[in-house]
Amino acid sequence: MDTSHLGLLAISDTGFVFDPRTGHSYTVNSTGLTLLRGLKQGLTLPQIRDSLGATHDCSYDVSTDLGTFIKTLENYQLLGNSGQG
Amino acid sequence: MNSSKPRYEVPTIVRNASGLMNKVGHRGSLESRTQIDGVDVDSLIKDFGSPLFVFSEGTLNRSIDEARLALEKHLPQSQLCWSYKTNYLGAICAIFHRSGSLAEVVSGMEYEKARRLGVPGNQIVFNGPAKSEAELQRAIQEGAIIHADHFEELRLIERIAQAARTRPKVGLRVALDAGIVPRWDRFGFSLESGVAEQAARFITDSPHIELGGLHTHIGTYIVDPRAYGRAATKLAEFAEYIEATLGCRPTHLDLGGGFASTNSLATQYQSGALVPRQEEYIREIGRALAQQRGAKLPVYLETGRALVDDCGTLVSTVLASKRLPTGRNSIVIDAGVNLLFTAWWYRLELQPCCPSDGFIEDTTVYGPLCMNIDCVRESVALPPLSAGDAVLIRPVGAYTFTQSMQFIHLRPACVLISESGDVELIRRKETLEDLIGPEIVPERLAIERARSNLSDHHDGLRDVRSGAVVQ
Ligand SMILES: Cc1ncc(COP(=O)(O)O)c(C=O)c1O
Repeated sequence: MDTSHLGLLAISDTGFVFDPRTGHSYTVNSTGLTLLRGLKQGLTLPQIRDSLGATHDCSYDVSTDLGTFIKTLENYQLLGNSGQG
Repeated sequence: MNSSKPRYEVPTIVRNASGLMNKVGHRGSLESRTQIDGVDVDSLIKDFGSPLFVFSEGTLNRSIDEARLALEKHLPQSQLCWSYKTNYLGAICAIFHRSGSLAEVVSGMEYEKARRLGVPGNQIVFNGPAKSEAELQRAIQEGAIIHADHFEELRLIERIAQAARTRPKVGLRVALDAGIVPRWDRFGFSLESGVAEQAARFITDSPHIELGGLHTHIGTYIVDPRAYGRAATKLAEFAEYIEATLGCRPTHLDLGGGFASTNSLATQYQSGALVPRQEEYIREIGRALAQQRGAKLPVYLETGRALVDDCGTLVSTVLASKRLPTGRNSIVIDAGVNLLFTAWWYRLELQPCCPSDGFIEDTTVYGPLCMNIDCVRESVALPPLSAGDAVLIRPVGAYTFTQSMQFIHLRPACVLISESGDVELIRRKETLEDLIGPEIVPERLAIERARSNLSDHHDGLRDVRSGAVVQ
């Protein structure tokens, strides 16, 4: 997964995300923030999934939620160039 | 889920949009509410299932009291008539009748419902454009308060009266311009064009019928109380005119319904919580009538939604949450437009039942029907909700249960929470029998035959797939 754009984003502790390339800003919730930070640090999705599972009260495997989140990041062109042509 | 860890929320990111707030924008209802009148929503769902219509007797009584106090103050010679179509659940009608309301019905079915609840015919106001001959015969025999809608009905009533050798009183529904739009001019006899006067003459000229009351219903969800002052003035002046010219005094003035409820119309900027109180409408009518010189006639009111809307809540459960390809969040709940016909023109409030300090997002709320049209709210600010979470939809006391459909899903139970907090079932959950009971499957379509046709058809298909030539 190409995550080269992630390093350019300004991400605040309160979940405010700014993309200086486009001027768009985003709001991310706390689990989304954990994910963005994990990706930025180079963690894999299974690692992030396990850490979310350990720190949150959740009754199911959240892998599909992470997949959906990644798709949203791709749609917003926040991850990298892969798949964006 | 009682662990000390934070509740998991689906990871979410939304792009911030600017310039979308309107100048009177207000926060959605974000506080969670776990009880209705002190009763836990969880226990209601456990005992009666979800979705569930919940009516609060306390809220309804307070609303009726508000109307009664305002009437005592501004219109002492007045009578409330409960508009059945607004909510004709038997228990709700019974609460109105116990507090002294007459029944206002607009069909033979509603008439019969009122009679079965024990309302005598002479305490039923019979309105509507579609009264059948049999229904009118019965209403005349039982002394109902009839308001005729058109000349065909007047002629029919005259014939019935002549045959029965009675001389019933017949009132007139009057269509008048109270300065509001849209103008409801399809019902009754037009005042401004002189047709109402012709109708009054028809009655006073007839040896078989007598003039009853004058009725008007200027529309619904009217937010300008002064429209009622104008309507009252016009109706009272017409009564005076009839008395002066035809020598006959109408028995009463009926100003119909139409006061706004606290629901918000989909097209309305401000919240419905800002609409006028019942007293403001009643005061305008009182003021207008006080200025009239003629005889003071009793006034009937057929207030519907303003009295009953607030007392109804629909409890519903989240089935799924889904991020749409556009990035927008959506949830699917177990109550849709099958139960919330009113969602077409109201912005119904949605309130989560579970406390959530999560990320608040504009969310589209879909119902359970496998139909694209089944959308309860296009956009409402909600915290993250997951399958199994309960939400409260309100206000749904008016026109919601009566217009609900057995479409795709059967209708749920209705309960009433009494003043003392007891929960009483007032309509059981429907069963398939309620739906198919009236159906008849012709003998020739009986399942044995259908099954053999079906297997012939399948055999044929198998032959086609395997390349056999089918004759
Ligand atoms: C004749 C008549 N009376 C009373 C009502 C009740 O109206 P509302 O619920 O707007 O008060 C209606 C509703 O359309 C009506 O047609």
